[in-house]
Amino acid sequence: MDELRLDGNAAAGTLGEVFSFEVTTAEYACGGCGKAGTLGGAAVYEVRDLGIIVRCPGCDNALIRVAHNRGRYLVDLRGTKYLATG
Amino acid sequence: MVAVGPRKLLWRLAEVVDVVPETPRTKSLVLDAPGWEGHRAGQHVDVRLTAEDGYQAQRSYSIASAPEEERLVLTVDRLDDGEVSPYLTDVLTVGDRLELRGPIGGYFVWDAADGGPLVLVAGGSGVVPLMAMIRHRAAVGSDVPTRLLYSSRSYEEIIYREELEDFAARDGSLEAIHTLTRSAPKGWDGYDRRIDARMLSEVAWTPEERPLAFVCGPTPLVEEVGTALVGLGHDPGRVKTERFGATGG
Repeated sequence: MDELRLDGNAAAGTLGEVFSFEVTTAEYACGGCGKAGTLGGAAVYEVRDLGIIVRCPGCDNALIRVAHNRGRYLVDLRGTKYLATG
Repeated sequence: MVAVGPRKLLWRLAEVVDVVPETPRTKSLVLDAPGWEGHRAGQHVDVRLTAEDGYQAQRSYSIASAPEEERLVLTVDRLDDGEVSPYLTDVLTVGDRLELRGPIGGYFVWDAADGGPLVLVAGGSGVVPLMAMIRHRAAVGSDVPTRLLYSSRSYEEIIYREELEDFAARDGSLEAIHTLTRSAPKGWDGYDRRIDARMLSEVAWTPEERPLAFVCGPTPLVEEVGTALVGLGHDPGRVKTERFGATGG
């Protein structure tokens, strides 16, 4: 599988397809290790043509998973304690 | 609850009005993008290519031009095994059109009003969004003390070398410090190793001066520099990073 390692900045266009807030400055807390950070600084893995996984740079826990297929999106936020924007 | 209203990014067509070779591997694409609403220094765009069979490939490219400039400029590094960059650097010519959306990103951005001092750390084509900041700084006549620490493989691969020299010659508050990691020309008296904590301690201001740091380049460089800056005592909240993938293009 072709994987691209990016960060929250590079993935902002794709994340912007499902979130209407500015994702790079949104704050999160990791549901795994509790580390808080800004999504722009989180690690992102893009699986070509399938979707992206935003991972905690502290513990590699999957914070956000977005899969897309034929115009539909599946968003999984189980790895995130919270997202704060604005 | 999210208070911000939706601002869906739309794909738009931009026309190539000039192609400027920067180094043997990089070119700047000068674009006319009708309806472009402006950007902030450090932001990027997504570029999408569609093959005849409908297959689409999409990549992010940093904007190289200052917000004050009329044309949108992207500088693209050619990755030999890339899907998108060889087309952009080798095939695309003046008059061709390109699909893009943006500007994207509100995190890795600098406005002159944010102040400094600034330390900009780049590896290879990671210099592109930092150049947008340097051009923005010049365009608005800012004198925020700025140091660029820029790692390239060789002298020939330094992107924007002459423009950086010109800026630094005219402006005593801007310094461009280079390190060459693979080969250096005869008589080179600058750094010739990968960026490390010692180099950063010499270049990146002191923690007491509270610099704003922007670090952009390949993932290993960004992680090394980010960790080293924090290790030297810099405020993690003032160190912003943007990583490139190890593969891609």
